Parts: sequence; C-alpha cells; structure tokens
Amino acid sequence: MSVELLKEKWSNTINTLTIGGTGTRTSKVTVGGESTLPYLFNEGDIPNKPVIAMEIFDAEPVDWPEVLKEPFKDVFKNSAEWAKKCVNEYKAELLCLKLQGTHPDFGNASTDKAAEVVKSVLEAVGVPLIVLGCGNDDKDNEVLPKCCEAAKGENCLFGDATEKNYKTLTAACLADGHNIIGESPIDINIAKQVNILISDMGFDINKIAMNPTIGALGYGMEYAYSIMERARLAALMGDKMLSMPFICFVGNEAWRAKEAKGPQAEHPEWGTEKERGPVWEATTAVSVLLAGAGILVMRHPKAIEIVRGTIERLMKKG
Amino acid sequence: MLVIGELINGMFKNVGKAIANKDKSVIQKLAKEQAEAGAGMLDVNVGPAAADAVGAMKWLVETIQEVTDTPLCLDSTKPNVIEEGLKLIKNKAMINSTTADKEKLDVLLPMAKQYGAGLIGLTMDKKGIPRDRHQRSEFAAVIISASMEAGLGHEDIYLDPIILPVNVAQPQSLEVLEAIREFSLLSDPPPKTVVGLSNVSQGTENRSLINRTFLVMALALGLKGAIMDPLDKELMDAAICAELILNKHIYCASFLDAYRKK
Repeated sequence: MSVELLKEKWSNTINTLTIGGTGTRTSKVTVGGESTLPYLFNEGDIPNKPVIAMEIFDAEPVDWPEVLKEPFKDVFKNSAEWAKKCVNEYKAELLCLKLQGTHPDFGNASTDKAAEVVKSVLEAVGVPLIVLGCGNDDKDNEVLPKCCEAAKGENCLFGDATEKNYKTLTAACLADGHNIIGESPIDINIAKQVNILISDMGFDINKIAMNPTIGALGYGMEYAYSIMERARLAALMGDKMLSMPFICFVGNEAWRAKEAKGPQAEHPEWGTEKERGPVWEATTAVSVLLAGAGILVMRHPKAIEIVRGTIERLMKKG
Repeated sequence: MLVIGELINGMFKNVGKAIANKDKSVIQKLAKEQAEAGAGMLDVNVGPAAADAVGAMKWLVETIQEVTDTPLCLDSTKPNVIEEGLKLIKNKAMINSTTADKEKLDVLLPMAKQYGAGLIGLTMDKKGIPRDRHQRSEFAAVIISASMEAGLGHEDIYLDPIILPVNVAQPQSLEVLEAIREFSLLSDPPPKTVVGLSNVSQGTENRSLINRTFLVMALALGLKGAIMDPLDKELMDAAICAELILNKHIYCASFLDAYRKK
C-alpha cells in the first residue's frame, strides 16, 4: 500500500524582488516568489535560487581579521578595483557596497566622496549593486539620498531603513527608483511595522527586502532562525506585510565571533583560523538559507564557494 | 474571518427604493464601500417588498458585478430567486440559506453543487428556532451529513446557529455562543460557522457596542464568519483585534492598518 504524503497548501506567495537589469547594469538578480517553505519543492514553487552578494567597502575595513583581509589586500584602497576582483576572480553576481568610511568615527568621508565611490563601482562592473549606509542615522540621511541620485536608473537596493529612521531613505529610493531594505532587531513585530511604515509612504511592497538581523553560529543564530521561520509561515498564510524576501548579513555577523576570527596562537585547540573562519561564516549562511533567506551578504571567498555548492545542491529538485 | 457585508438588503429603505427605481448608483456605492472596508463577500437580499423578486435579484447581481469582483451571498427564502441569481454569477457565490428541513436540503444542496456555490445552513426547521444549544447541534448534524452525502466539500458549508435579539430572548445569546463551540466537535476539521450578527442588537439602544461585544465573544469560541456591517469601523476594529489576540495574525504597532492592507 502506498502512503500518500499530506501536502500543505498556502494561500500567499513571497514577493519577487529584482535588483539591477536597468541603466548600465548588464545583469540582474531576482529573488523571492516562493509559494512554499524553503526547499519543499513538492509543496509549491521556488522559482528563484538564493543569491550571494559579496561585500565591499569604501575604505579599508577596521575590524577584519588577517584571514579575511588576505584575499583583498591589494584592493582595499580602491572600491572599484575591489568590485572588479569580486566579479572577475570570485564570480560575484551581486555586490554589496558598505559606506563604512562615511561614519563619523571611521573616516567621516564626505557625501560627495561617497557618491563618487558608488559611481566608480557602477562604472567598474555590470552586476547589480546593494548600497549600505554606515549606520549613523544623521550621516546616512545626508549621504544616502546623494548616492541614490548618483545611482539613478540602476535599480539598486539601498539600506537600511529602520523603525526610527526610514523616511529620508524611503523618499530617496522612491524618487530614484531603487529597492529598499527594511531592518528590524531580530523582532518580527518591528519587522512588520517597518514594512508598513515604508509602504505607507507609497512604496511598492515588491521593492522591499527584509533584513531581520541575524546572529552568527553561537550568537543567537537559532533565535534569528525561528523569527525568520515565523515570518515566513505568516507570509505564506497571507500576511502581505511579511511577504518580502529576506536579506541576511551573514559575513558581518559571523566574523564578529571570536570562534571565527580568533587566531590559533591564542586558541591552539581550535585549529587554524584559515579553515575555521570561513567554515563559521558558511555554517551561519546555510542556517539562514534553510530559514528562507533570499540574499546572503558574505565576505570570505572560501565560505562563498562552500555556500554556492550548498545552494546548488539544495535547488536540485528531488 | 469572513466578513459578509449586510447592507445590500431591500429591507433597508434606501436599497428598497433603489431596487424599485432601478437606481444603480446607490447599490454600486454600497458594494464598493463594503468591499473597500474589508467585506470578503456581499450579502444580496431583495427584501420582502420587491414585487418581482426574481427580476430584482438578477438586477442586483448584475449591477453589483459591474463594479466589484467580491463574491456574492444570495439571500432569499425562495430557491428560484437564488437560482436565477446564481445563473448570472461570475465569481464564487454562497447561498443564504437552507434550513435543516429535508425538502429545503433536497433542493438547495444539489443547487450549491451544480453552481459550485457555498451554502449557509440555518440550524432550525420549519417548526422554528431551537430553544437551546443541543437542538441546534442536532440540526447542525443533519445539515452536515446531508451536505456530505450531496458531495459538498467541508469548505463550502457554513452553519448558522441563529442569533435572536438580546432584548427579546436574552438566554438565547449564551445558547448561540455555546452552540458555536459545540458545532466544532461535530467533524474534523470542524465545520465553519457564521452568524447574522446585527440580529443580536435588533431593537436595542446601543447596537454597535452589543454587536461588537457579541462578535468578539463568538470569535473566541471559533466563529469563522459574520453577516454584518463592514462600515461600522469600531466593529471591524474589534474583529481585527480579536483575531490578533487569538494569534491569527502577527502583532505590529499598526496592526489595524496592517490587516487592512491584506
């Protein structure tokens, strides 16, 4: 006697978000569109595979450990070169430019300088671009609108809008036709609220990505996982204000962990950080993939290689 | 929950007049307003005074469908009035309603099946409205087993335990609430329930408060739908809030706004 498996039928699908594909972009990436839980191909459609965005900066990163700096040593001084290296050497299909150098504590680069960097990266490569502020609200509200304007027509993804600071960036993205990231502090209620606030300004909900904030392996990863899972369940059951694809800043979280970056000299029993760091980042990435992540922002080429392989295997149906 | 907008009913003076004068604008305005306010379905009742009930039903269905795709709930005690309406339906429809009487079930169940429509089953028979929850459950069981035999799906049947005005038959409100709970034990998955909400406050002084209080209590006991006034914002807010507390949707500061964006 054959056993018939009970299949779940959902009433809603995840929004489809496209970055790039316009202006001078020579490619685009599309995420979202799922009508089922992650990788349950038998219960619905998963039209788009998750993508990895390689993270680049506008200045030499201040807190990166040696093992993470090594592959990019020759390009730190020039974001355009860094971008080229990611695309040409590491086959990045999406880049994420963090304007860390504009932060008052980390160089305080000017608005014009930031806009120039954005332009130079767009000129250097044809892949779609994510642009992030430095995290200082006042500075971001000054810098990001200029950068939106500099990238007008390129259909970028800009971030992050938060519950307390979303109006300026939303208005800028609206004016210049970009997508936007809504950020919440591992809190499903605030995630939903941020999406409502953005959409109340007339923003198309299909152009919003959700940054639920994650914790790395060992630092609350399972908590982030359960928040993402709950949001995804609610979305599939019909909650339009939680139906945005997730973007997860895996590299940023994983490389803060001492287990990832701590040198072997200090922790002899942990083994070499050359292996350990990338594996820590890859493990964190795979976990959020399974929770439904659509975009992974990552750093180490080796971790990226591992996760690319995992995505390929996960997307093989059956 | 399924909100079935109650305002297109010939019993209301403005609607009765519009039907008599074939004034489309009144009906279409009510249809659009109710749909925008969150009605998932619109009740359509020609009222007791319509000279030509069939003609009025056909005109109402066509008039409403010109401006909205919201499914319609065709409300009449006369099966032929409902059937003529069903013939014109573009979207999914519901029949409002059958009783547990065999002669009604024998006509309306095949009709629901034929037109792919849902059906509201009043838990009563020609002898009248039951006096308690137990009789209601007996009628509910009759309706459910007949509908299963007729090949209707679980999702197509809504049981209505029939509310009476609280100022006329006060003990009945509790019986209805308990009946909603008891119905849920009749099958797995449990049958869906619906009430004609406004009846509870008929003839009372503070209708809106009574309506929304009853609705919240009924939702807590498992009610799935109500024929009600979606333009009563406080009533709609109370329903949304009740569903929030029942963990049907995820909280956020603007939860009313979020629900309405669905």
